[in-house]
Amino acid sequence: MSNYQIEFRHVQKSYGDNLVLENINCQVKKGEFITMVGTSGCGKSTFLKMLLGTEQHSKGQILLDNQPISAEPCDERGIVFQKYSVFPHLSVRENVAIAKEFESSFIGRLFGKRRQQALDEADKWLDAVGLLNAKHKYPHELSGGMQQRLAIAQALIKHPKVLLLDEPFGALDPGIRKDMHKLVLDLWQKYELTIFMVTHDLEEGFYLGTRLWVFDKTRHDPHAPHRFGSTITFDLPVGKTDQASYQEIEDSLSLHALSA
Amino acid sequence: MKRWINRTPNQSLAITLGIIPFLLIMALYQWGSEVRKAENPNDKLLPSVSEFQTAIDRLAFTPSKRTGEYLFWQDTKSSLQRLLIGVACAAFIGLMLGLITGAIPLIGANLNPIITAISLIPPMAVLPLLFIVFGLGELSKVMLIIVGITPFLIRDLYQRTKDIPSEQLVKAQTLGANSFQIIIRVLLPQILPRLLDALRLSLGTAWLFLIAAEAIAATDGLGYRIFLVRRYLSMDVILPYVVWITFLAFLLDWLLVKTSKAIFPWYHAAK
Repeated sequence: MSNYQIEFRHVQKSYGDNLVLENINCQVKKGEFITMVGTSGCGKSTFLKMLLGTEQHSKGQILLDNQPISAEPCDERGIVFQKYSVFPHLSVRENVAIAKEFESSFIGRLFGKRRQQALDEADKWLDAVGLLNAKHKYPHELSGGMQQRLAIAQALIKHPKVLLLDEPFGALDPGIRKDMHKLVLDLWQKYELTIFMVTHDLEEGFYLGTRLWVFDKTRHDPHAPHRFGSTITFDLPVGKTDQASYQEIEDSLSLHALSA
Repeated sequence: MKRWINRTPNQSLAITLGIIPFLLIMALYQWGSEVRKAENPNDKLLPSVSEFQTAIDRLAFTPSKRTGEYLFWQDTKSSLQRLLIGVACAAFIGLMLGLITGAIPLIGANLNPIITAISLIPPMAVLPLLFIVFGLGELSKVMLIIVGITPFLIRDLYQRTKDIPSEQLVKAQTLGANSFQIIIRVLLPQILPRLLDALRLSLGTAWLFLIAAEAIAATDGLGYRIFLVRRYLSMDVILPYVVWITFLAFLLDWLLVKTSKAIFPWYHAAK
């Protein structure tokens, strides 16, 4: 038994002959905030999907609280995608309350007093993400940033063991993105969340996380690019902003960008 | 001067431009009718406006001598009843099967090939079969509409269900939903407005099958009347009936749009 919340042991992921990830070994404690960067196609999104349960690993073991992780998405793991995370046919508060309705009603719909309780609890989480004023609106009336706030509130109401963020702020304006960073950091501290976040913005990765992972190939066969998979090449604590390591990673990423 | 692709009409100009073709056709008809009447006052091919009035008055506002019914309204009632029952049944079956085959891959794999095969059967080819199986009464006419449009509805709604972003399904699972809850709380409400869209597209086909069935075996109905009076070259009845059917088709389409916008505002706003 280990006191790690999440453990990857010799995990490998391949599609047929195409090796995407290999030799993934890592341990994550409760309350860590992992940011993941890498060039496109490096496997960071595949890594997140394996954690989420929409992709299965080919070899090795993934443990969540010392148990093999379930092979389909479940309420232990919350997710916020870049887009399409909210239900367009439900109002903002219904979008959050629906999690409660799934929980306590077979047909997924509550009535009367119990519905009111679910809506009240939803309001609490909307308040936490700063959306309470918009609770009667529909998603199409919200800006991109507000939709992401809603998606976060949906995930939090289930108290997931880990919160997975798949480039959640990639489509937002820089100003809005700053606000969202602040929100995520606040929520992370207040609710002691374990967060995995994929980003293509290295600066964002440095600023937000407690640990930064870089996904990259360590071996490269120019004649058979699919022969070797990516692995985690950097795993650094980023609480202290370290200009030298930032530069080093920046250089290694841009080197790939040039050769790609 | 601006390019043609950048010149847009304001509202009153748009209405005027839209009305012109209708007026042109009416004027052309009037002219043609007068020319023919001048040659032969008993010409039946292009009746005059007064002949239309007489025919409409006889069918719609005077009780039939034989049965005491107002034939025009009786025809309308019978036809609409057949059409609406057929379309409602087809919508229900289409919704259920489209949703379930789109939501559950195992059921989709099981049913999609047979649905595709059935959808390729020309419905008119099995009309005699329907008459044999369901008799010459109301049921066989309703069945022809159902057979005619249900396969399209199933396949369209299957595709619409598939088109709902998988992110939403994953999200619902992370909120603890089971398959049944996802179908009725996430997929069904989002498929309903798309069902109304599909119904709008299939209404034209439904009218086609309705009139075909009435033409072959019926004792009343708009299609029956048109094919009945065809024997006497009664254009004074046929043309008003065609205009009336067109108007009913327009009305149903308009009602579907209005209903959809009233019940599913989020769907139309997001488009």
